Amino acid sequence: MASSTQWRLLAAVGFCLISGNALAESPSNAELQRQIEELKQQIRVLSEKLSGQPPAAQPELSKQVETQDQQIKAQQQQIEALAKQAEETKKADWIARTKLGGYGELHYNNLDAEDSARDLEEFDFHRFVLFLSHTFNDDIRFFSELEIEHSGVEADGSPLNGEVELEQAYVEFDLLNDKASAKAGLFLIPIGILNETHEPPTFYGVERNDVENVIIPATWWAGGAGYTHRLGEGLQWDVALHEGLRTPVTGGSAFRIRDGRQKTSFARAEDLALTNRIKYTAIPGVELGASVQLQKDASQIRNDSLEQGVLYEAHVDLKRGAFGLRTLYAKWDLDIDEDLALAALVPQDQIDRAKSQKGWYLEPSYRLNPEWGVYARYEDIEAARSSDNFNQWEAGFNYWPHPSVVLKMDYRSRTHELDADEGRDFDGFDLGVGYQF
Amino acid sequence: MRLLSLPVCLVLLFGGPQASAEEVFLTTEAFLAQAFPDSPPPPAMLWIADPLREETIRILGHSSVPLRTRYWRQEQRTAWILEEIGKEEPITVGLVVQDGKLEMIKVLVYRESRGWEVRHDFFTRQFWQAQLQNKDELDRNIDGIAGATLSVNAMRKVARLALLYHRHVTADGAP
Repeated sequence: MASSTQWRLLAAVGFCLISGNALAESPSNAELQRQIEELKQQIRVLSEKLSGQPPAAQPELSKQVETQDQQIKAQQQQIEALAKQAEETKKADWIARTKLGGYGELHYNNLDAEDSARDLEEFDFHRFVLFLSHTFNDDIRFFSELEIEHSGVEADGSPLNGEVELEQAYVEFDLLNDKASAKAGLFLIPIGILNETHEPPTFYGVERNDVENVIIPATWWAGGAGYTHRLGEGLQWDVALHEGLRTPVTGGSAFRIRDGRQKTSFARAEDLALTNRIKYTAIPGVELGASVQLQKDASQIRNDSLEQGVLYEAHVDLKRGAFGLRTLYAKWDLDIDEDLALAALVPQDQIDRAKSQKGWYLEPSYRLNPEWGVYARYEDIEAARSSDNFNQWEAGFNYWPHPSVVLKMDYRSRTHELDADEGRDFDGFDLGVGYQF
Repeated sequence: MRLLSLPVCLVLLFGGPQASAEEVFLTTEAFLAQAFPDSPPPPAMLWIADPLREETIRILGHSSVPLRTRYWRQEQRTAWILEEIGKEEPITVGLVVQDGKLEMIKVLVYRESRGWEVRHDFFTRQFWQAQLQNKDELDRNIDGIAGATLSVNAMRKVARLALLYHRHVTADGAP
């Protein structure tokens, strides 16, 4: 049996054999493992040889072992330093603090309308979105979202008929030991399910649901300031003071909420809007949310037919095991002076619809496995513009080849409420591909 | 609304003391004291070489795998401090595995501005006694948090890694 001195000598010899290569080439972990196994084998062989050495040779061996010991310790320190250097890869500070992300979606719609002149067979790159964020320090960060819709915009005569929009650009501050945060700039209004979270892999259906599109109206962003406070486990309060709507009060789109979005572009700010939201997420897989928004003058024009506007919204978003369920209800109460509206040539029926605009949807879903999910949705919308009064059934599936990539297909059937809009009724299918990163 | 606007804006912007976005909920020392009430053992080092590296890449879904990770072991009990990126920032998680089952999972440091719910017991208790099945999958479904999918996914990944690494260090008799 070899003495401890002999074992140390053998270990030192072994380390010397591999040290030259180790420092010169920074071997992989697998290579190091292999070399360690070789070293063990060499130790076994040398141990057998040394155990037969005469006693006179051993003091000399002890000196060598001590020298090798010191070399081993030095090499271990070098390996430790190399490993630390590999782990703490240095990047330029601003690169480490700046993040790029985005999402996008291409749609194909194939819809047969009751009036064949309204048939739709179309490809559209509906959204190409880039996120850019930067962390200034532990307290303050910047976040932005730039969107190109329908492939872009160009001058007259071009087929490009989209939009380039700044959808978010705000600075956020952390407060109260991270129990709260405040932001100022252009941000998404805290309301609904999709308004803040709408990357393609996060929802079913090629097109976003029409209730949030028409009534809320998502995606809705505004310039102003916001505050978020965590009240307790899973309970959050958001409040925001921001530019309000500038809702039209004449023409075919009179009192149409979606047309009132100013998008923080020379936005009139004589009458701001105040939005409050409570959100509860203390049960895993469950989100309960409710919002109220108040704007004293929803048109921001004095002495016209529209005064106060109030939006109420409530939703449930469940994902428990394989089952999912989304349901949302939203309603606008508009204070409309009928005489002034009639004097502005707005039809009576449009005025009646505009006073109380609402919508709701129910969307059960089932996740067959991590890659496949199926859903169905029913929506009902009653809004100011006649063509925004309809119900719609749809069903389809999502396929996620990767958690951040989705392929979608759905079938939709829409029925309008008003006889005059019967020609707009349609059924058909949609295909979509989307991603986020 | 005009009278309300300016002072509310100022309160929203500047009200309250500012503090770090990187919120430390539990220090390493405090976590180890919870993991080993008698006395934490000295740390050991697990080098993440193949085939363990390949398994780690499969769980994480990317190849940004550390060279090594520290762990603490007392017989069949191991403690790990692992990090994985949620949406943009890493989440630092402390995990304790006993006899191949997750006994504790605690968010030590959270750096994201959303998804903070994952650090609460109402979310993490879903992992209690979780173990691996089918080689490296968790033996149960973990319900997510709406709007925090990426943070939830990060928590699932580190749970699987801790169980995988525990199996590795306790199977081959590593000290």
